[in-house]
Amino acid sequence: MKFLTRRLAFYVVTAWAAVTINFLIPRMMPGDPVTALMGRMQGRIDSSAENSIRVLFGLDQDTNVWQQYVEYWRLLFQGDLGLSFTFFPTPVADIVRQSLPWTVGLVGIATIIAFVLGTGLGMAIGWRRGTWADALLPITTFFSAVPYFWLGLIAITVFSVTLGWFPSSGSYDRGLIPGWSWEFVGSVIYYGFLPALTVVLASVAGWILGMRNMMVTVSSEDYVTVAHAKGLPGRKVMFGYAARNAILPQISSFALSLGFIVGGTLIMEMVFSYQGIGYTLYQAVSTQDYPLMQGCFLVITLSVLAANIVADFVYAALDPRTRQEA
Amino acid sequence: MTTDTTLVEQIPDLETSGRPKRARQKNLLFLRNSKAITGLAILGFFAVLAIVGPWIAPYDPNQISPDLVQPPSGSHWLGTDHLGRDVLSQLVVGTRSVLVVGFVAGVAATFIGVVVGVTAGFVGGVGDETLSALANVFLVIPQLPLIIIIAGQLPTAGGLTVALVIAATGWAWGARVLRAQTLSLRRRDFIEAARANGERTWRIVLAEILPNLTAIIAAGFVGTVTFAVLSQITLSFIGILPLDTWNWGTVLFWAQNNLALQRGAWWWFVPAGLCIAGLGMALTLINFGIDEFVNPRLRSTGMHARSLRRRKIRPRVGFTPVVHEAQEDRA
Repeated sequence: MKFLTRRLAFYVVTAWAAVTINFLIPRMMPGDPVTALMGRMQGRIDSSAENSIRVLFGLDQDTNVWQQYVEYWRLLFQGDLGLSFTFFPTPVADIVRQSLPWTVGLVGIATIIAFVLGTGLGMAIGWRRGTWADALLPITTFFSAVPYFWLGLIAITVFSVTLGWFPSSGSYDRGLIPGWSWEFVGSVIYYGFLPALTVVLASVAGWILGMRNMMVTVSSEDYVTVAHAKGLPGRKVMFGYAARNAILPQISSFALSLGFIVGGTLIMEMVFSYQGIGYTLYQAVSTQDYPLMQGCFLVITLSVLAANIVADFVYAALDPRTRQEA
Repeated sequence: MTTDTTLVEQIPDLETSGRPKRARQKNLLFLRNSKAITGLAILGFFAVLAIVGPWIAPYDPNQISPDLVQPPSGSHWLGTDHLGRDVLSQLVVGTRSVLVVGFVAGVAATFIGVVVGVTAGFVGGVGDETLSALANVFLVIPQLPLIIIIAGQLPTAGGLTVALVIAATGWAWGARVLRAQTLSLRRRDFIEAARANGERTWRIVLAEILPNLTAIIAAGFVGTVTFAVLSQITLSFIGILPLDTWNWGTVLFWAQNNLALQRGAWWWFVPAGLCIAGLGMALTLINFGIDEFVNPRLRSTGMHARSLRRRKIRPRVGFTPVVHEAQEDRA
C-alpha cells in the first residue's frame, strides 16, 4: 500500500497548496482590494461604505500575514468561507453547498458517459485501423478543437430555439417543488439532457483519440501477436489482451485531464444558466463577489482532488504493478 | 498514403548522401506529413490575418451603423451586431489579440516548463522530488477556475497580463513530460561520454540533452498555445477581460449577451466559433504531425481504407502494412 500512501500524502500537499494559493491571491494582487473594488463599481458604492467593506474583508485589524493565515485555516476548518457580497448576508458555504450537488451530478454523469463511450469507440477504431473507422478521426479532431461553450451555444440554437425540444436554460421546471418525486426527477433529467449531451460531445473526442493511439501502440506488442498465434478468437485478443493494457494510460490521463474537463463544464453551466457551481462562479465574477469567488475555487479544487483520489484507487486496483512496488 | 511511401523511399537515399543534405532532408521529413502541412497552412493563414487584419478589415470594428442585426449581405459579409457593427471586421481585427496572447503564453509556459522539467530530470534527488511535486500540484489544480479568479481580481487585466497568468498556470504538463524524457536520456551512453569528456553541466544540458528534446518541447509549445487561446477566448466570453480589445471571445460575449441565439442571429456566433475551431484544429494537426514524426507506429494512419483495398492489403491487428518498394530497397 506504499503507492496509495504516497499518493495520499501528495494530495494532502496539493490541498494545502490550493488553500494557500487561495489565501495568497487576493493579498498578492497589486494595490488594495477595497480600492480596486470601489474603482470597479465606479461610484455605485458610496465612499463612506469603504470602511465597512474593509471590516467585511477582515482588513481592518492590524494583523500580519501569518496571523491572518492561521485565522484563515481556523475558519476553514469550521466550514466558514466568509459572507457573500451579492447574496449578503448569506454565508458562502451555504451557497456553495446548494450548487455543488448540481455540478457533481451533471459533470459526473456526463464525464463518465463520455469516458466509457470514448474509450469503447477508441478501442474499436484503434483495433480496426485502416478501415472506414479512421474517418471518425477528423471529426473528433474538430470536436476537440472547439471550446465547450461554443458547442453549448450551437446546441441551444439547434435544439431549443429552432427545434424547441429542450429548454435553453435552468436546471428544473420552476413550477415544481424540489423533492424526490418522479415529476421533479424527470424535470431535472429533461433540463439536464442538453448540457450533458454537449459535455459528452465536447469531451468524448479526447478519449477516443487517446484510446485509439494506445490501442495502435499496444496491438503491435509481442504478446498480442502471440495471442493471435495461439488462435484465440479476435474478440478475446482485443478485450483480454490489447484493451486491458491500453486502458491504463486512459485512467491516468482521466485523472490528469479532470481539471481541464471541470473547467470546461463550468463554462458550460454559465451558458446554460445551470444552477451549479460554475454558474455561481460566473455570478461571483460578474458582481465582483470576492469571497464567493474564493469559495467556489476552493470547493472546485477540492472536488477535483477527491475525484483524482478515486481515479488513483481504480488505477491501483487495475494495475498490479503499482501494488507490487510496495 | 503517399506520405508513407515517400518516407520509406527516402531512407536509402539519405544514407548514401552527405551530411548537410541529410540534415536538410530530415527537416523536410516533418513537412512531408500531410497533417502537419495542413495545420501549418491554416496557422499561416491566421498569422497573415493577424498581421494585416486592421488594414484589410472592411470597417472599423467599433463603427456603429443603423443596420442592426442584419444577416450577411453584400456590404456586410458576415452581417452586423446589435449596434450595427460589422462582424467580419471584428473577427479579422480580433485575430491579432488571439494569436499574440496564445504565442506569448506558449513561449512563457514552455520556458518555465523546460527549466523546471529539465532541471528536475537532470539533477535528481531532493531537487527532483520538490520540482515534480510542484508541477503535479499545478497539474491537479483546475487551471481555468484558477485563471478566472486571478484575472477576476486583477485591477486591470490586459492581454499580456492574461497571457502571463495563463503561462503561470499552464506550464506543468510540459514540465512533467520533459522531466520523464530527461530522466531516460540522463543515463544514455552519449551523455555519459560527454560527462567523461569533462564537459561542463550547462553544456551537457544545452548541447546534448536539449536537442534531443526538441520534438517534445515543440509538441508542448503547440499544446500550450491551444490551451492559451481557448482560455483567453473563454475569459473574454464570460466577460472578465476588458471589452475594448477585440478577440473572438469578445464577439461571442456580445452575441450571448444580446440574445443572438434567441434571435436566430447565427452569423453573429457561428463564424467566431469556426475561427476558433479552425485555429484549434490547425494546432492539433501540427501536434499530430509531431507525434507521428516521433512515434513511427502512429505514422501509417495515412493509409486509407480505399487505397489499402486497392493494394489488396487487408488491415489486421498488430500489422503495419509494409510498402513493397521499401522491402526491396532494404534488402
